[in-house]
Amino acid sequence: MRSPVRFERRLEQPKWLNWAIPVLSLVAALVLGAIVLLATGKNPIEVYDRIFERGFAGTRALSGSIKTATPLAFTGLCAAVAFRMGLINIGGEGQFYMGAVGATWAGLAFGNDLPTGVLVIVMSLSGMLWGGFYAAIVGVLRAKFNTNEIITSLMMNYIAAIFLNYLIYNSTSYWRDPKSRNFPAGKPIPKRADWNVYEIFGTRIPLSFLIAVMAAVGVWVLYKRTRFGFEVGVIADSPKAARYAGIRTSSTIIIVLALSGALAGLGGAADVGNFRGLLDSKGLQMSGYGYTGIVVAALARFNPISTIVVAVLIGGLTNAGFALQGPDFPSGLVGTLQGLILFTAVAGEVLVRYRIRRNRRTVAVAA
Amino acid sequence: MKSAVRMSGVVKRFPGVVANDGVEVDIRAGEVHALLGENGAGKSTLSNILTGLYRPDEGIVEINGEPVHFSSPRDALDAGVGMVHQHFRLVETFTVAENVVLGEPGSPFVIDQSRVAQQVAELSDRYGLAVDPSARIWQLSVGEQQRVEILKVLYRGAKVLILDEPTAVLTPNEADVLFTTLRGMVAEGRTVIFISHKLDEVMKVSDRVTVLRGGRTVGTVETARTDTRELASLMVGRSVDFARVTRTNPVDRSTEVLTLDGVSARDDRGREALHDVSLTVARGEILGIAGVAGNGQRELAEAISGMRSLTTGRIHVAGEQVQSGRARSAIAKGIAHIPEDRLHTGLASSHSVEDNLALKNYRSRDLSRFRLLRRKLIRSQADELVRNYDVKTPATTTPVRLLSGGNVQKVLLAREFSSLPKVLIAASPTRGLDVGAIETVRTRLVEAAEQGVSILLISEDLDEIMSLADRIVVMYEGRIVDDVDAGSADRQRLGLTMGGGTLSGAKS
Repeated sequence: MRSPVRFERRLEQPKWLNWAIPVLSLVAALVLGAIVLLATGKNPIEVYDRIFERGFAGTRALSGSIKTATPLAFTGLCAAVAFRMGLINIGGEGQFYMGAVGATWAGLAFGNDLPTGVLVIVMSLSGMLWGGFYAAIVGVLRAKFNTNEIITSLMMNYIAAIFLNYLIYNSTSYWRDPKSRNFPAGKPIPKRADWNVYEIFGTRIPLSFLIAVMAAVGVWVLYKRTRFGFEVGVIADSPKAARYAGIRTSSTIIIVLALSGALAGLGGAADVGNFRGLLDSKGLQMSGYGYTGIVVAALARFNPISTIVVAVLIGGLTNAGFALQGPDFPSGLVGTLQGLILFTAVAGEVLVRYRIRRNRRTVAVAA
Repeated sequence: MKSAVRMSGVVKRFPGVVANDGVEVDIRAGEVHALLGENGAGKSTLSNILTGLYRPDEGIVEINGEPVHFSSPRDALDAGVGMVHQHFRLVETFTVAENVVLGEPGSPFVIDQSRVAQQVAELSDRYGLAVDPSARIWQLSVGEQQRVEILKVLYRGAKVLILDEPTAVLTPNEADVLFTTLRGMVAEGRTVIFISHKLDEVMKVSDRVTVLRGGRTVGTVETARTDTRELASLMVGRSVDFARVTRTNPVDRSTEVLTLDGVSARDDRGREALHDVSLTVARGEILGIAGVAGNGQRELAEAISGMRSLTTGRIHVAGEQVQSGRARSAIAKGIAHIPEDRLHTGLASSHSVEDNLALKNYRSRDLSRFRLLRRKLIRSQADELVRNYDVKTPATTTPVRLLSGGNVQKVLLAREFSSLPKVLIAASPTRGLDVGAIETVRTRLVEAAEQGVSILLISEDLDEIMSLADRIVVMYEGRIVDDVDAGSADRQRLGLTMGGGTLSGAKS
């Protein structure tokens, strides 16, 4: 038995595929979703209309989507930065927590003494340092002992989660609100340490989203225009060629993972400064930004600029999903629709690298 | 005597190459029969045909007088032909016994461990293949792992065993143990086909030898009636010599540019692959390194170009020491390197032609400023080199993996020659190229030497070395075993020393 089609690796990846495939994937997802919706007795057009309305149409919907998108943009960049060098950093989750821990500390320590603008910088730096160092451990292990970074970064997520629980639930740490005796919670940072939210044409845009956009541009420039980016590209392409050209692979691995972790840590800082205002152990762990960020980066094909766009898309879908849920619309159906979109997007990725050819012999038999 | 295996008029073509071109082999039952030949002589293709991996385009294969048509290795095994591969095919985390029964047709879903272990123990006793059936593969030495491979084949009841360069991974002592085992197996009536390019081993273990060259059978001789010298000349042949390239200005031997002083280095598996190598190359001299692949040439090239750390010794270029294992230092000292593996070591193959041309000088002030790449200058450098070196590419932004082999090599040459090196290491620089490209490469090499570059030419192709080099050294098992002037080099003597033969008793 031969399959009627076979996959053939593309020698060249035409530029137009980069936008055609995602668009086609989305269309395919909508068609598949329509089948599911029809089967459950819903009107697909109506449902899609509601998704669009709740997710993207109007300033309120868009404000919500951007808010949801912001942490995903950071964790998405975290995954994209590492993957550009062929490193798979699953640890965005833990690095995000660590960033939140670091930024909360800075906010609590300096929140009453420094002006807001400086606090944003101090909290961001602290978050980046914590996230960056946490990821650098993975980098050192990989560079010096060749340990698999997928495993170590994943396991360090659990360590980070336990650390969060320890800070809030199992100790009277600096981060825990002393007033929360019965229901442990994080200590709120002073009002002055709250990051700005701007209103542009009626859409509320948090400062951290703008920082994410800047970070994405920064990453793009780093990888496209700098010597460092060139070296990362060569290592990703062929580690042997990198060694041959005198590129210092070990230190580059550590730097890239530290940078990746710093971006997730910056997201953690944003979470504290722009949204929650305290170290929310349970809230962070329930959100799973780090893992969703990997999906975001993959859908964006690890391009930093696209990562921002995809983050907003996923943010909108998530919000629309919450809005759709109700007695007449089970949450499982929402999950199904979201899953279909991810599924077709990943399937479409295959088509970027491979093309489908008919197997001639089978065709002859069929004819 | 009866034939166990007879192959007649076997032809196997691959796109662009004829790997076997009418091979005739007649292997008797109960003998150790050596297949001797240089790399690319067609030994591996022949054994792959015999084990059912390839199907011959023409010719007959007979086992015990019956014509056979294998369409898979399983067919070959059913006919009693088993192969011990050079690169082991074992599951590291499984036990010896588990590996032996793995893939055995009709083996039950749940394996009776103790029964298998007992059978394996019996087999290993009988043939002196000492190995613990309950040990896990990763715990075993390379020699023991090879015994497991042999046990696997014996367990399946193979009457004819093919061993593909079995000693390549063994220490001399392990090799001796293996030879005893092989003798034991033929004493029991099994047949062994022993593939090698090492003359002394072939002399030691085989009953008869069939020599292959360029895909053809050169001849079959009784081991007892031949010597290493005859085998060497059969193996290397007396093909038409390339005319020696004439040099306009003679080499100035007084200025030594590259010196290696007692250099040792390990291979990727951690075994010592270079032993105390000392050599010098003068300004404008082409030093040919002859030898069969895998005798330390790659490690030598990598040690000099800073890709591999030295365990002992020093390397100097024009009096300045090159830091061990620092490619950047080697590049800075003026060492250019055309590696054997062009697409994955010499080039980043998914990168564009222009990026690859900048692979070694992107750090220089010409191409980057404030750590930012100057893309325009990188492109204009590429435009110029593509023109000067006649690289055929649709654009400088085309990934190099899309170029033809000759043009890939031209990209490499362009980058390495344009760096104005003091020393150039060229490893198999013409392998796989067509005649035109070979000419280009050779001309460029000689031109560079004329301009004073010291060149280390590593090649398995004796003709190439003899036509280009000024001086030739032979490498065998990580040592320099011979050093001769190219003008007076004797092909037979080189063939002999390449195969590990000693010069005493074979002096012409």
